[in-house]
Amino acid sequence: MSIKLKALLKSPWVFHFSTGSCNNCDIEILDCLTPRFDIERFGMLLAGSIKHADVLLVTGSCNRMSADRLRKLYDQVPKPCLVVAIGECSMSRGMFIHSYNCPVPLDHIVPVDVYIPGCPPKPEAIIAGVVKLIEKVRSS
Amino acid sequence: MGKRTVVPIGPFHPLQEEPEFFTLTVEGERVVDIDVRIGYNHRGIEKLSERKNFDQSTFVIERICGICSTSHPFAYTRAVEDVFPMEVPERAKYIRTIIAEGERIHSHLLWAGLAGHFLGYNTVFMWVWKLREEILDVMEILSGNRNNYAMFKPGGVRRDIQEEDIGPALAKIESILPTMDMLIAAIKDDPVIHARTKGVGVLSEEAAINFSALGPTSRASGVSRDVRVDSPYGVYDRVDWDMIVTENGDVYDKVVVRMLETIESARIMVQCLSNLPPGEIDANIESVPPGDGIGHIEAPRGETFHFVRSDGTNRPVRHKVRAPTFMNLPTFKSTVVGETVSDATIILAAIDPCYCCTERVAVRDDKGKKIYSGTDLVELSRKKTERIMSRMGIR
Repeated sequence: MSIKLKALLKSPWVFHFSTGSCNNCDIEILDCLTPRFDIERFGMLLAGSIKHADVLLVTGSCNRMSADRLRKLYDQVPKPCLVVAIGECSMSRGMFIHSYNCPVPLDHIVPVDVYIPGCPPKPEAIIAGVVKLIEKVRSS
Repeated sequence: MGKRTVVPIGPFHPLQEEPEFFTLTVEGERVVDIDVRIGYNHRGIEKLSERKNFDQSTFVIERICGICSTSHPFAYTRAVEDVFPMEVPERAKYIRTIIAEGERIHSHLLWAGLAGHFLGYNTVFMWVWKLREEILDVMEILSGNRNNYAMFKPGGVRRDIQEEDIGPALAKIESILPTMDMLIAAIKDDPVIHARTKGVGVLSEEAAINFSALGPTSRASGVSRDVRVDSPYGVYDRVDWDMIVTENGDVYDKVVVRMLETIESARIMVQCLSNLPPGEIDANIESVPPGDGIGHIEAPRGETFHFVRSDGTNRPVRHKVRAPTFMNLPTFKSTVVGETVSDATIILAAIDPCYCCTERVAVRDDKGKKIYSGTDLVELSRKKTERIMSRMGIR
């Protein structure tokens, strides 16, 4: 494991990007920050700019308007950057797979490290997913 | 006229939950014009719904918006039930009302928290969202899920509320009422919130009527308009509750209307849960005959309107959705213009905008410009091919 990744895992700062979701996953991410789940105690913080972030949380079924912008954003992130796909839409486009406005799945646009299923995933599932991400990187 | 500057906000801004694009034109500190562009969230739901049958469509409609995940199926099922004369079982009506009001509480609390966050008052955000978790627990007891309840189906509800769940749910609602009262009192007494929201972004009664503002946005301006009262559905005409209307139309009044509505919603929930009648929960619709149906209900943000056209097959031939934010967005022209840039954020948030609800394709008549139909476009394409072929000397 590179020193950069090792430093990153101590306190992963996350950036949240909605590629055209129904808001549910975004709200569950915000829920993680509020008192009941409070992921800040693990050192995770919602970053305001992509340039400060270590982990990119992507929600939604990636429509034509956001696909290019997501790619552009990913190119701006200081590497290494880990990508987490949250919710059914970002995993496989879910029930929007036949939509004319959702042309490609998320993992064709950016490399994805961890998928968190659910519509929407519960905050517990999101936390578990991030823990899995950390374990995965540590063991690599 | 001073120097004008354009401040772009979005489309993917860290402050925003969802993608939307505001263009604020400012003169010094003052906002002189605003333009909103949406369309970053469009998923083609109306078209998807036309590919599914009447039962499956409910699940797609539920995912129009995560916060309004009851209002849209509620309006849609009412539209399907409007196509032909039918009666929804009594118990199903009660269950629908309970779920719809639970959603209203969590939606209003969510907004109050985000409003606090926009004001830079994160204490409000944390407190309110902590309280919101309790309501989500109630919804989890009643429906088995925190957000997408999947309770609705044309003709009734999909899942019954079990007798043994009613006690714990009622106890939970009763236990959060004192906290809710305390929170509302705290918000109403807070000098910082007064200073930031009183007299800010005023929407006059006249403007609210002219813009056809809906829901809490219009009720805060003194327009007493509520689908639950004007055209009762569910069991709203049988339970005891009050419509909250205030006079001033500023951001503070919008906060107050929403916070007081949560108490009313809790009252409705308690009454419905205590008087839940026994019986069937589903009318078991066999088929939907040809015809048109409309359904409208009062969502947390205002009136949600659905139109369904059936041709006698098992799927809708046309499904049209109009979300409340579509009507509330133009009020920005009246509320934001003339305010300072620093107040613009909270005013933009004050209508509780929900862009993923609003993302429908609309064709507009652009000041006499020609609007092409499908046939015209095919004609244009053929002409171009002809031009190219003649240039290449093929014909």
